[in-house]
Amino acid sequence: MKYVIIGNGIASIGAIEGIRKVDTKNEILVIGAEDAPAYGRPLISYLLAGKIGPDRLALRPQEFYDRSNVSLMLGTKVTSIDAQARTVATDKGETVTYENLLIATGGIPFTPPIPGSDGSDVYNFTNLAHAHTLISKAKEIKRAVVIGGGLIGLKAGESLFDRGVDVTILELSPRILSLAFDENAAALAGSRLAEVGLNVRCGVSAKEIQRDHDGNLKGVHLTDGDFLQCDVVVIAIGVVPNYDLAQEAGIAVDRGIKVDDHMRTSAAGVFAAGDVAQAKDLLFGDDRVIPIWTNAYNQGFCAGKNMTGADVPFTGSLAMNSISFYGLPTISVGTVNPPEGDETYDTAVSLDEKKKSYRKLVFHNDRLVGYVLVGDIDMAGMYTAFVKFQLAVPEDAKKQILAGAPDVLMWPDEFFKETWNPGVVEPD
Amino acid sequence: MKRVYPDKEYCIGCHLCEVACITAHSKSKDAIIAFREEQGKDGLTACKKVFEKGDICVAISCRHCDEPSCVAACISGGLHKDPETGRTVYDREKCVGCWSCLMACPYGAIKRHPTENKIVKCDLCEGREGGPACVAACPNQALKYEER
Ligand SMILES: Cc1cc2nc3c(=O)[nH]c(=O)nc-3n(C[C@H](O)[C@H](O)[C@H](O)COP(=O)(O)OP(=O)(O)OC[C@H]3O[C@@H](n4cnc5c(N)ncnc54)[C@H](O)[C@@H]3O)c2cc1C
Ligand code: SF4
Ligand code: SF4
Repeated sequence: MKYVIIGNGIASIGAIEGIRKVDTKNEILVIGAEDAPAYGRPLISYLLAGKIGPDRLALRPQEFYDRSNVSLMLGTKVTSIDAQARTVATDKGETVTYENLLIATGGIPFTPPIPGSDGSDVYNFTNLAHAHTLISKAKEIKRAVVIGGGLIGLKAGESLFDRGVDVTILELSPRILSLAFDENAAALAGSRLAEVGLNVRCGVSAKEIQRDHDGNLKGVHLTDGDFLQCDVVVIAIGVVPNYDLAQEAGIAVDRGIKVDDHMRTSAAGVFAAGDVAQAKDLLFGDDRVIPIWTNAYNQGFCAGKNMTGADVPFTGSLAMNSISFYGLPTISVGTVNPPEGDETYDTAVSLDEKKKSYRKLVFHNDRLVGYVLVGDIDMAGMYTAFVKFQLAVPEDAKKQILAGAPDVLMWPDEFFKETWNPGVVEPD
Repeated sequence: MKRVYPDKEYCIGCHLCEVACITAHSKSKDAIIAFREEQGKDGLTACKKVFEKGDICVAISCRHCDEPSCVAACISGGLHKDPETGRTVYDREKCVGCWSCLMACPYGAIKRHPTENKIVKCDLCEGREGGPACVAACPNQALKYEER
């Protein structure tokens, strides 16, 4: 087989679309452990909340796979990779030969060692099966404790709350979404959650999960001495790269599978992309695992093109998050919390607590390197442009950006022309 | 594929493209009703936006990029690239209003629908005879719909 992809998530879809940009002929085989069409993983919170039905989960219609000449081997797990023989083995006893392989196995939930966590009614919230379990559980439970105030924890908490469950979210750091938010953004989002009735407790975590003699869940002992009664615990600390397959095959891994600037791993013909990969960061230039959707797609897309033999360097990942809290939208991109005391960074903030509106812009050597918006997010993409294309920001332009009105006329002339109106000769 | 190319040398900032866009996407197809009523009541919104800076102006909307950042960001499959036409297509039934695309599109081409938890994005006036309404309406030919 010319192209084999392990994993059926968004990195895999990116790869299919990348391959098809260059090679429209050769068959692609996708092997996926989950027995479901590729679904929007973030949509499981919308499903748990009851905002969408199962019919809206699929990312691409069946017709997409037919048209793209992709065969799917679902409900099938790859058990080993032989990078010398260029084969993969599955749990169904099959051996598949590849010319080019993509490892897009995503992440697995990270579970810290909390005493009492082994046993019933402790869940993760990272895949469709978890969502279905929680949907059926939600009918009979009253109280839930969610451990982790990051993206997944907040989404799990919010959707359980929407099902009528009394929810408390525990976050060890002093604020929710600590990486993507600063204090102001976290406070605004936090107060919105509090208004609705969702409890968030920061600076505290679970010390032990309490069970009775029969092993039934009773509640959670917190590090500050409190005890919270509950019927289920959801552990949503985050995900770690699912790289065991690669490691066992002798492929180089660090925090994730190591890839070069073409998404190639250390083994010939083997590529990696998505939550499992440690790839170049656009702003810092070093290699990082940034487990978010857009990166997974972009890395897959780039890997796919390179799998065909094309020569396409990866431009780099950019951390970005968009999350709404009961009608309060927030967006954060790039560097939001610059290193303290580093004078090469410049930040500007504008906060209106009444209007629940916040804007923070972070400049580094006169380039915009990151921002947070809460409330008024409508211009977000225009800020992203400055970060993504690393456009220089002259003083007058800076004022305009700080005033919250970035626009395309601030772009350097040449860049504007190339982007918006290429191939035109200007009148004299 | 054919795209709309905005030329700031010719744009006079008259906003007629916005009016034309709203009209083309309205129920009534009547500029006055669309502008006065549907805009407020139904949250009808232009996919075009005119930017002005002194006497320089330009009207922009979705570029239908070859490799769109919005598609890479869409968590629902609501945005995708039509392989036949090359257009970046939006399926409002699938959209869950997460604003990931709005954050990711560096061209600022995606707006929030004012009343629904959905996005508003240029569809090149799909199905409209004579092509995009904004191009037809521009009095100074600052917008060109062509293959380049
Ligand atoms: C609840 C939730 C909400 C989220 N919300 C957002 C959000 O709003 N924005 C955002 O940017 N990101 C969000 N994320 C993160 C985002 O979903 C991930 O970054 C993205 O899905 C990663 O894609 P991937 O293709 O790398 O991996 P995955 O989507 O994890 O896909 C990997 C696939 O590989 C399969 N697999 C693994 N091992 C094997 C094997 N041995 N054999 C065969 N198949 C295998 C798995 O079954 C899985 O289907 C969210 C995640 C969760 C859980
Ligand atoms: S919405 Fe933005 S990213 Fe998407 S195709 Fe249009 S211009 Fe490109
Ligand atoms: S707002 Fe809608 S179209 Fe945009 S990324 Fe989210 S689901 Fe996709």
